[in-house]
Amino acid sequence: MSVKKKFKGLSDKAVSWLFIGPTVLLLLAINIYPLVYAIKMSFTNFYANKIGREPQFVGLKNYIKVLNKEAIWEKMQVTASFMFWTLLLQAIIGLGLALLLNRKFKGNELLTTLIVLPMMLSPAVVGVFWTYLYNPQVGLFNYVVNFFYDLGSFDMIGSSTLAPWAIVIVDTWMWTPFTMLICLAGLRSVPNYLYEAAEVDRASKWQQFIYITLPSVLPFLLLALLFRGIENFKMFDMVVELTSGGPGSATELASINLKREAFEKWKTGYSSAFAVILFVTIFGFGNVYVKVMNKIKER
Amino acid sequence: MKKIMILLFVSLFSFSVNSNAKSITLGWAAWDPANALQELTKEFTAETGIEVNFEFVPWPNFADRMLNELNNKGKTFDLLIGDSQWIGAGAVYGHYVKLNDFFDKEGISMSDFSPATVYAYSTWPKGSENYYALPAMGDALAWAYRKDWFDRPELKSEFKKKHGYDLGVPANWNQLYDMCTFFQGREIDGQKRYGAAINTERGSEGITMGVTAAMYAWGMEYENPNKPYDMEGYFNSPQAVEAVEFYRKLYEDCAPPGHSDAYMVANLDAYKSGQVAFQMNWYAFWPGVSKEDSDGRVSGFFANPKQNVAAATLGGQGISVVKYSDKQDLALEYIKWFARPDVQQKWWDLGGYSCHNDVLNSPSFPTSTVYAQGFLDSMGIVKDFWQEPTFVELMLPMQEAIHDYVVNGKGTAKEALDKIIEEWVEVFEADGKL
Repeated sequence: MSVKKKFKGLSDKAVSWLFIGPTVLLLLAINIYPLVYAIKMSFTNFYANKIGREPQFVGLKNYIKVLNKEAIWEKMQVTASFMFWTLLLQAIIGLGLALLLNRKFKGNELLTTLIVLPMMLSPAVVGVFWTYLYNPQVGLFNYVVNFFYDLGSFDMIGSSTLAPWAIVIVDTWMWTPFTMLICLAGLRSVPNYLYEAAEVDRASKWQQFIYITLPSVLPFLLLALLFRGIENFKMFDMVVELTSGGPGSATELASINLKREAFEKWKTGYSSAFAVILFVTIFGFGNVYVKVMNKIKER
Repeated sequence: MKKIMILLFVSLFSFSVNSNAKSITLGWAAWDPANALQELTKEFTAETGIEVNFEFVPWPNFADRMLNELNNKGKTFDLLIGDSQWIGAGAVYGHYVKLNDFFDKEGISMSDFSPATVYAYSTWPKGSENYYALPAMGDALAWAYRKDWFDRPELKSEFKKKHGYDLGVPANWNQLYDMCTFFQGREIDGQKRYGAAINTERGSEGITMGVTAAMYAWGMEYENPNKPYDMEGYFNSPQAVEAVEFYRKLYEDCAPPGHSDAYMVANLDAYKSGQVAFQMNWYAFWPGVSKEDSDGRVSGFFANPKQNVAAATLGGQGISVVKYSDKQDLALEYIKWFARPDVQQKWWDLGGYSCHNDVLNSPSFPTSTVYAQGFLDSMGIVKDFWQEPTFVELMLPMQEAIHDYVVNGKGTAKEALDKIIEEWVEVFEADGKL
């Protein structure tokens, strides 16, 4: 009764602020403040492990250093390649699986559950057990490949040519179900009368797919790829467990390099600049992507 | 009833206060010697009533966990058995308590310990008489081999016929290579075997510890002895380049398949599962390896082979008191107890590697175990990686560049070493050393 009285005089706006206030405060504390602090640090020569050494303002030096460093561009290339192949494969296989599971057949639910299982696992656990699967002596992966085509012993993780594919395969195995689920939701939202009308117009199955299914499911697919793109840009745990970024630096993604610079080499100022650059990159790409996606939706 | 409850509460409370006041926490890596230390420490608790809690961190996370704790001025640990390379950071950044006054007061003399271990584990600046740790665990990189295979007459004669000398403990790295290639792909008792399990790990320090075993033996120096931090022509000298090339050859021709990111545990596994004739590893593991010899496996051990010079990669740690601890007095009491010669002897008997001269110079020491003589030989020739406060920053570029060359096959050995020097110069410049 007293609570009721207390809130009786509050306006709708005040009540809404009361509800969102804690969330805003939390966001400010754990997202905005660290971001602003990182931006500030990026203009200094701060080393977090050098106790008692006052950070000095160095202007844009850290940004210039990051952008001029050949190794950074190599990591960005590795990241771009990882993103390209994982997104491409997850789009194709995810859509394919969604089309398959959109049909009614016996065991549909069981198959859907089984397909979705990998994405419920912890990425670190996935990384560890795939190192065993890829083991050239006792791993199941080599056995299966050799069962179909005799390639002999090959080391997926130890070879600089194969290691980038090793991480692409694992990420695709783990996250294709996510793309599939989103696409499946899209497919199930397509009204049946469109297909019935197409049948009346004697459209072939291929034409139905191109002119009805694909345009309907495309916004969903693009949304799934946006989520996966952002996630894979900052991919860390699975790759660290699987390859540690090796052999050499063949699978060292930008996020792994950033962690090493920030928390192993303790170059706080430099790594803050690197983090800001990565943030701006993904934020920029994300915005452009969302605009494109909205345009596709409007069509 | 009320009175009983109060009594119970008071006694429980006083017990918890008492146990908190009389307990310390010791941090180390999770490995065989840590278990031996835990066993040994029971005697300390029995003598003093001070409980010792242990936190053992797996090797891959050891440096991260401990250095983060120190950088954050954490109070989790009162005692820390930290890697030899941490001593610079421990001293310069004030993480470790300087022990000189304590040693003087308690009559602990550093001359009672092996000079190489005092230099490596206790002093900063190097060679000075400023002590920040007591040598706790002597260690060096060494080799174990399948003596039972080496003793087989048919293999011995085949090897002698092929190479013109006896199959046995290799006198140098060339012989090691011959022996490794001899076993590579060979079928023994119906199983395919391989040459050697060597360090190739990229994430922490593995490949650096491995490749430096070769580089030191080839005579590599990190810097100009007359001009500190002048590395050009020393760290990338022709001998150093040759050693790195050799290590790559050893990896390519002698390692078992899939051994591209291997360190202590992976080397042990490859050896214990009968895959390899040799394994490179720390002395710390030899008691376990020796004890587990079964099903016909007989292990032999030897110090790092020489090439141009006799040298071995230093491992091991000193025990330090953490500056941020509230129980420094209890921690110092532990160090005082641990420095006692009788405790040091028990430490060796339990499987730890004592650095105390009374233990090492005892006439029975060289024959006390099959690896004792090798340990003595190694501790006389050890060399360590940079012990600078910035050692992590120095270690990482070396890990990456060497792994890139040895495992990934990218570029040349000279390019890899040049790249490392370039990064090291940057680190030393940032640290104000150059």
